[in-house]
Amino acid sequence: MKVACTVNGVAREADGVWEGESLLYVLRERFGLYGSKNACEQGECGSCSVFLDGVLVCACLVLGGQANNRNIVTVEGLARADGLHSVQQAFVEAGAVQCGFCTPGLVVATHDLLKRVRRPTEAQIREALAGNICRCTGYAKIIDAVNLAAGRM
Amino acid sequence: MKVGESVRRPDGPAKVRGGFEYSSDLHAPDMLWGATARSPHPYARIRSIDLSGARAMPGVRVVLTDNDVPGQNEYGLDIKDQPVLARDQVRYWGEAVALVAADHPEQARRAAQVVKVEYEVLPPVTDPEYALAADAPKLHPGGNITRQVKIRHGDQSARAEVVVTGEYVIGMQDQAPLGPESGLAIPGHDGGVELHIATQWLHVDQEQLAAVLALPKEKVRLTMAGIGGAFGAREDLSMQAHACLLALKAGRPVKMSYSRPESFVGHVHRHPGKLRYEHGADRDGNLVYVNARILLDGGAYASSSTAVIANASCFSCGPYRVPNATIDGIVVYTNNPPCGAMRGFGSVQNCYAHEAQMDKLAAALQMDPVELRLRNALQTGDTLITGQVIDGPVPVAELLRRVRAFPSPAPGEGQGGGLTSMPGGISNTTHGEGVKRGVGFAIGYKNIGYSEGFDDYSTARVRLLTKEGRARVEVHTAAAEVGQGLVTLQAQIAGTELGVNDVVVLNADTDVGSAGSSSASRQTYITGGAVKAACEAVRDRVIAMARAELRAPSGLHIENDNVVTGTGKMVVPLATLLGDEVIEETREFHPRQTFPLDPETGQADAHMQYAFAAHRAVVDVDTELGLLKVVELATAQDVGKAINPQAVEGQIEGGSAQGLGLAVMEEIQVKDGVIRNASFTDYLLPTILDMPPVRMDVLELGDPHSPYGLKGVGEPPTISSGPAIAAAVRAATGRPITRVPIRPHDLL
Repeated sequence: MKVACTVNGVAREADGVWEGESLLYVLRERFGLYGSKNACEQGECGSCSVFLDGVLVCACLVLGGQANNRNIVTVEGLARADGLHSVQQAFVEAGAVQCGFCTPGLVVATHDLLKRVRRPTEAQIREALAGNICRCTGYAKIIDAVNLAAGRM
Repeated sequence: MKVGESVRRPDGPAKVRGGFEYSSDLHAPDMLWGATARSPHPYARIRSIDLSGARAMPGVRVVLTDNDVPGQNEYGLDIKDQPVLARDQVRYWGEAVALVAADHPEQARRAAQVVKVEYEVLPPVTDPEYALAADAPKLHPGGNITRQVKIRHGDQSARAEVVVTGEYVIGMQDQAPLGPESGLAIPGHDGGVELHIATQWLHVDQEQLAAVLALPKEKVRLTMAGIGGAFGAREDLSMQAHACLLALKAGRPVKMSYSRPESFVGHVHRHPGKLRYEHGADRDGNLVYVNARILLDGGAYASSSTAVIANASCFSCGPYRVPNATIDGIVVYTNNPPCGAMRGFGSVQNCYAHEAQMDKLAAALQMDPVELRLRNALQTGDTLITGQVIDGPVPVAELLRRVRAFPSPAPGEGQGGGLTSMPGGISNTTHGEGVKRGVGFAIGYKNIGYSEGFDDYSTARVRLLTKEGRARVEVHTAAAEVGQGLVTLQAQIAGTELGVNDVVVLNADTDVGSAGSSSASRQTYITGGAVKAACEAVRDRVIAMARAELRAPSGLHIENDNVVTGTGKMVVPLATLLGDEVIEETREFHPRQTFPLDPETGQADAHMQYAFAAHRAVVDVDTELGLLKVVELATAQDVGKAINPQAVEGQIEGGSAQGLGLAVMEEIQVKDGVIRNASFTDYLLPTILDMPPVRMDVLELGDPHSPYGLKGVGEPPTISSGPAIAAAVRAATGRPITRVPIRPHDLL
């Protein structure tokens, strides 16, 4: 099967895709975009969060074939080549990154939240990020990071 | 970039951009994918294995069994009892039996499914009490007791006026690091293998792999890949030997990356346990004796069970003065999933028991639970139940006073108010009706570093050179950065000791000596100590060079890339002094010696350093529906010296969250030896809605024995947060709560 889509503004194509491959697999192993992470591959942890036509999804729950002719933005597409997006910068500064495996998903989910709500309350932050599991931080510094980013955007 | 500053992580930018390369992100040209055929039975004899079906599957290049293991088929951290691939029998559900390498991961998985194994199914030993019975099948040649620790302290026949007893049950917790077990093995031109791997200890993997592969150690080269968390789950080998075997057989690179369900059988878990306690005290609340029997289920293989049971026994009474103690700690083999290291390492299970007992004793004495703890709190110079006299700061009473003194959260406070702050959350099950609040306290302690005579050490190589006209320091160790921030701390220590701004921490590999494991909260102390020692050696050479070449006075040091006098006057820029010269020094750091526990009495100076943390938990319980909300955790911990305050906070918050998980939701459900919830759908982890705000006091009391006075930080918060929650739930509901995780029906 052939999959053609736009990823981070670049037209991409993969040939010989097995029908069972998820979008996550296609992004990682076909396109070499390993930023979206493979922690549960069951839609529970949010580590593979990407935008599919602007909608926040778990890439592990989307079939590669479903991404055909669609527009995808991954964590790699949030900032220009060398710089960091203000959400990314805030995660680094607030100490919201430890092992970092959940971080790309949280960065994408936070990006989505702040697009919708400019100054989210703590309850809104918690609800918006409830689909992203972090095993290292206990979440306090993630909330700090979201507040820091919201204050700057 | 100095010790004591909240320096930002050097790997942070790559991690937030998605560019940090974890072990599951590795790839190589011409790479194959490995998969594992696993046992569907917890206990069975293997009659035959037929690989013909698997070999005939599309894309399959290699299929292997135990017959293809060139060296020793058994490995293990302490006792080598675990087969790389099952031989003649399987002892747990999910044990590795055969391996496949294929072009596509799905081809490999499907081929692994058609490996045909004829089993003679045996009744599994799943009850650790039964494992001790005379008529139980012997699962290993030496019988079913992996280790028994006896502690006999003071008068064994001591009696007391007030006696409380209790039995406590702890469920099996999973470390659940988000990064799956994964790695890439590349066959070398010299018949050796190069393994890129996420592990807690490169050199112990290398040693075990060399034996399995029948290769000299120098032909098994390990390079650290990015680690997606560890928490003990990466101490034992998982796919390391399997990937190497496949790569060497195929003559091609082989990647293995576990799915989440496979990860649940691919690493060891926290030991579940049953703990029976009897506490005796006088009428004033002074502890007279503690008797305890601690039975931990080690599962099918030993892993680090022998050290876990030592901790569970040594710290069984909590940080209290106990003049008389009779402790029996037993860890057994069963056909349940193998258990080993997880953050807290034996001190988590016993803390639930000793803290519940202290509350029970306080109730029997009609005393305030914190007052009872203060009355019995360990102090510097006290004798532990192992006979060791505890030195350095022992701030048990101070930590308790601090958590008691924190302001209490108002009703509805925490998590920003509204429904998310209620038990049941946005499920909208209550607006406060039927909700009762409870407050509980707990304190725990454990050892930092390896114990019982183990030669704990780390190695650091430090190079000082000139790069683009500036002085640069390169720090090279084999220590695992698991997320805790060791990479930052190494740079801070080098920056502090050498006064150089440009410090690069090189990736860990086996080209430098062992760093020991990133476990036991030991790396900042031990590898930090090695980095400090190597930097001091480099600095001595720089100063000697400056004095010889410039005839400079004594009392020189390095500051801000310059050699300066004692009064800070510039002598020479470091880069000018160095020119093309590279100054390199390698040092090992060994902390003070420990000694093995006496097998009959458990008496010894067995531990190197002790760390303490206390928690207060505030919970709301919906007593009609059996739902609970942890409203707030407050904690106090002595870290000796906060090398990086922000990282210390992160460890305390994250560690407290893992403790909360065991208290209220995390349990691997094992029935008849089979894991029933091997996924993140069914194994519940705390989300951002479950984890409350954490108030904290961080004390820096300075340990006279350690570099900078620091203490290990990572584990103590995981020990006492859960027991404080259990105490708070007891206070809210009046229910006994003798088992964790707490279930809804325990609350009604």
